[in-house]
Amino acid sequence: MKPARNLTLFLLLAPAVIWLGLLIILPHVEILVLSLSERVGPRVYKFGFGNYLEFFTEPLYWRTFARTAIMSILVTVITLVLAFPIALYIARVAQGRLKAMLLLLCLLPFWVSELVRTLGWMMLLRETGLISYLLQMTGLVGQPVEMLYNDGAVILGLVYGGLLFMIVPLANALESLEPSVVEAGYDLGGSRWTVLRRIVIPHATPGIVAGSIIVFMLTVGNFATPVLLGGKNGLWFTEQIYAQFITRFNWPQGAAFGMLLLVLSSAIVWAGLRLSGQSLGTTLRQA
Amino acid sequence: MNRPSLLWKLYIAAFYIFLFAPLLVVAIFAFNASPFPSPPWKGWTLEWFIGNGSVFGKPGILMDPIWLTSIGNSLKVAVPVALLAVLLGTVNAWVLERAEFRGKTIVAMMMLWPLVIPGVILGISILAFFSRVANSLEEVLQTDLDLLRPGLPLVILGQLSFILTIATLIIAARLRKFDRSLEEAALDLGASRAHVLRTVTLPFLSPALVGAGLVALLMSFENFNTTLMLVGSDPPLPITMYGQMREGATPAINAISLLLMLGVGGIASLFALTSKAQG
Amino acid sequence: MRAAMASSSDLDLVAVTKRFGPHLAVNDVSFSVTRGDFFSILGPSGCGKTTLMRMIAGFEDPTSGDIRIRGKSMVGVPANRRPVNMVFQSLALFPMMSVGENVAYGLNCRGVARAEAEQRATRMLERVGLKGFAERRVTALSGGQRQRVAIARCLVLEPTLVLLDEPLGALDLKLREHMKIELKQLQSTFNTTFAYITHDQSEALVMSDRIAVMNQGRFEQVGSPRELYHNPATPFVASFVGETNRWSGEGGGAGGTDIRLAAGATVHSTGIVPAKSVLCFVRPEAVALSANAESLASLPNRFEGRVSAVLFDGANSSLLIDTQGFDQPIRAVLPQAGPLAGIEVGASIHLGWTADAMKVFPA
Repeated sequence: MKPARNLTLFLLLAPAVIWLGLLIILPHVEILVLSLSERVGPRVYKFGFGNYLEFFTEPLYWRTFARTAIMSILVTVITLVLAFPIALYIARVAQGRLKAMLLLLCLLPFWVSELVRTLGWMMLLRETGLISYLLQMTGLVGQPVEMLYNDGAVILGLVYGGLLFMIVPLANALESLEPSVVEAGYDLGGSRWTVLRRIVIPHATPGIVAGSIIVFMLTVGNFATPVLLGGKNGLWFTEQIYAQFITRFNWPQGAAFGMLLLVLSSAIVWAGLRLSGQSLGTTLRQA
Repeated sequence: MNRPSLLWKLYIAAFYIFLFAPLLVVAIFAFNASPFPSPPWKGWTLEWFIGNGSVFGKPGILMDPIWLTSIGNSLKVAVPVALLAVLLGTVNAWVLERAEFRGKTIVAMMMLWPLVIPGVILGISILAFFSRVANSLEEVLQTDLDLLRPGLPLVILGQLSFILTIATLIIAARLRKFDRSLEEAALDLGASRAHVLRTVTLPFLSPALVGAGLVALLMSFENFNTTLMLVGSDPPLPITMYGQMREGATPAINAISLLLMLGVGGIASLFALTSKAQG
Repeated sequence: MRAAMASSSDLDLVAVTKRFGPHLAVNDVSFSVTRGDFFSILGPSGCGKTTLMRMIAGFEDPTSGDIRIRGKSMVGVPANRRPVNMVFQSLALFPMMSVGENVAYGLNCRGVARAEAEQRATRMLERVGLKGFAERRVTALSGGQRQRVAIARCLVLEPTLVLLDEPLGALDLKLREHMKIELKQLQSTFNTTFAYITHDQSEALVMSDRIAVMNQGRFEQVGSPRELYHNPATPFVASFVGETNRWSGEGGGAGGTDIRLAAGATVHSTGIVPAKSVLCFVRPEAVALSANAESLASLPNRFEGRVSAVLFDGANSSLLIDTQGFDQPIRAVLPQAGPLAGIEVGASIHLGWTADAMKVFPA
C-alpha cells in the first residue's frame, strides 16, 4: 500500500519536476552562471563581474535600462487612469446584456496577436497612414505628418496592449463591492468624490495592484511594440538583450542583461506588493 | 453613481473606438487594391488573399509559399504544445488539488513562477541552457544534436514552459470544483479506479481540458517574445510577420492578420462556449 | 447459537476503533444489525458516525476491530467489492449522465449487458415512482426526485445493506417530513437492511426499528425508539433524544429517594439516589397540569408556578412555567383541550409528576 502510494506520487510529480527543472530552474541557473563569466580569449572564459561592470560603464546600456523602467511605470500609471472609469462603468453601471457585451468587446482585441494590434497602430500613425491622410484631406495640415517612431507612439502602443489586463482585475474587484455600502456612503453625506476616494478605491486596491503588476511586467518584457512603433528611437532593454544574444553573439553580456531585467521586474513587483500590503498568490488569483 | 454623466458615456464610447480602430484599419485595408497597405483607397480586391502575383507583383497569402510555410510551422509548434499542455497540465492539476506531500506549497508557487518571468528571458535562458547541454552531449556522443539547437523543437519547449502554467491553472480550477463524493459513489457502486476516472472524473473535467487546449493553441500561435529567441531557420507566423513589418510590407500582411483575427475569434468563441458549459 | 445469530444479522461490527493521529474518532464500537431492519446511528456532528459509516462502506480502514457483512469479514476488501451501497449526503448523482444511466451505472460496472441493465434500471425507476424519468438529466429533478434516484441507484444492485449518510439534510422542512415516511415505506417494500446516520433525532425516531445513540466515538445506548425515549441509559441519551427538563441536584444521602435541587426544591424519585450529585430528567409530557392543587394530590412531586411563556406550535405546543426552587422554567406540554387550553402568560398553575416519570443519573 505505502510503496504503491509513493510510486503514484512520484509519477504524478515527475512532469512538474521535469518541466520546472529543465525549462525554468536550470536555464535560469545557466544564465546566472553565464552572466558571471568573462571572455578572456576565443572560447576561454573565467569567473568575474565584467559583464555587469560593462553595463554600468556604457551609458547606452544603463540609460536604456533606466528609460525602460521609467517608461514602464509611466505606462502602468496611464493605463490605470484610463482603465478605471471603464472598469467602474462595466462593474457598477452597466447591467445584464450591456455589461456582458462591454466586457466581451474589451476581451476581443486582446485575443488578437500583439503584432496585428501593432500593425494597426503603424497603419494609423505613420507618415503615409490613415490619420495623416485624413488630416491632409481635411486641409488641417499641408504635408504628411509622421506620428510614428517617437516616445508617444511607443507609450500609446504599450498602454493599448496593457488595458485589458488592467480592466479585468479592476472590474472583478469593483464587482465585489456591495451596492449598499456605496449607498451608505452617500446616505451618510459623502459627495461623489469622497465616496470614490474613501470607499470605492480602497475596495478596489487588490485589483489595482494586480492589474498594475501585470501591466508593468508585460510592458517591461515587451519587445515588438517598442521596436516597431519606436523604430530607432524605441530603445527598449529587451532589444539590448536580443542584440547581445542574436546579433552580436555575446551571450555572457546578454545573460547579464537578462538577469538585470529579471531583478528589475521582480523588484518593482515586490515593491508594489509591499506598498499595498498584498501577497503574490492573492494577486495572481485576482488576475 | 448609477446615473452616469454624459461625459462618462462619451468617454466609454471614445474608448471602444480607440480599442477597435487599429483592428478595423488592418481588416479593411486587406481588401485595398493597392500595392501599399496605406490610403488612398483604390477599390476592393481579393488579390491579397488569392491572387497569383500578376496584378501587384506579389502573390496573395494563400498562394505565397512564404506565408503557407509559416502557417505550417506555427501549426507544427502549436499542436504539440497544446497536446502536451493538456496532458501534463492535467497531471499537474492532480498534484495541486489531490496529492499531499511535504513541500507542496513550494511546488505550487514554482508552478506560478513562469507567469512572472518576461518571455524574452524565458527564451534566452532556455536557449543558453540547451546549447550547453548540446555542447556537452555532442562532445561525449560525437554527433550533432540539432534537436537542442534553435529550431522548432526548442520553440515548443520554450512556449511550453509558460503555457503549461496556464493550462495547469485552468484544469486545476475545474478539478477544485469536483465533488469527490462522486468518485466515492462510483467506487461504491462497484466501479474500478480506472473506470471511475473514465466515466466520472474525466467527463467532468472535459470542458476544462478542451478549454485549456484551445487557450494553449492560441497562445502558442501568437507567441512572439519567447519564440523570437529560439527560432531557427523555420520561422512560425509571428516571426515572419515581424520581419515583413520591419521591412515595410504589402497588404498581404493585412490579409494574414485578418485571417488570424477570424481564427482567433473562432477559437475564442469556442472557448467561451466551453467555459459556459462549465458554469 | 452463535452461528444462528450470525446468519440472521446482515452487519456485525466487533470492537471497531478508528484513530486519526491522536484523535479517537471511533472508540471500541460493537453492534449487529438484523436482516431487514432499519437501523439508525444518531449523534451530534463530530461524534464519529460518518467515520463509522465510511468504514462500513470501505472508504476508511478501521485501526482495529472487525467489520462483517453476512458473517464475512470486510477488512481489506475495497469499497467497490463490498455488497454495500451508499446514499451520500450530497447524493453524488453523476451530473454528466441521465437518470437512467445513473441507475444503470452499477450494473454496467458488474458487466451486465447494456440492454438488460437498461431494462432493470427502468424497472427500478418505476418501483420508486419515477416512471418515464430515465432520459431526464439529473440536474432537472426536484430534491425529492433526486433522493429517489440516489436510492434506486443502490437498490438496483440488490445490496445486502444500504448505507444512508444524512441524505435528508439538504431538503427543506416540508419535503424532509414527507421523505421520512417515503424512505420508511421504500425500506419495508424492498425489505433491504438500511443503516441510516443522522443528527436529527426525529428522523431516527420516526423511521428506525433500532437506533444507536453515538457520542464522542462511543455508542451510548442501542435500542428501539421507545426504549431510548422512555428508558434512556445515560444522561446524554436522555437529553439528546426528545425534549426534556433537566436539573442538577444532590441526594439526601443514606439510601434515601429525595433529591435536593441546586435551586432549592426537593423532588422524589422511585429508586435509591445513585450518587451524591445527580442529574434529573422529566419529559414535558410527563408534567401534569391543573388549575387547582387537589387534582394533583396523588403525585409525590407537586409545585405551583406561573406561566412565563406559551410556545404555541400546534400539536407540539408547550408552556414554560416559572417555579419556585427550580433554576429554569419547567417545560410542560400545553393541553390541546380542556380548561387549560387557553391559558395565558402570567396565569398561576399547579404542576406535578410521578416519581417514576423522573430519570436520575449520577452527574
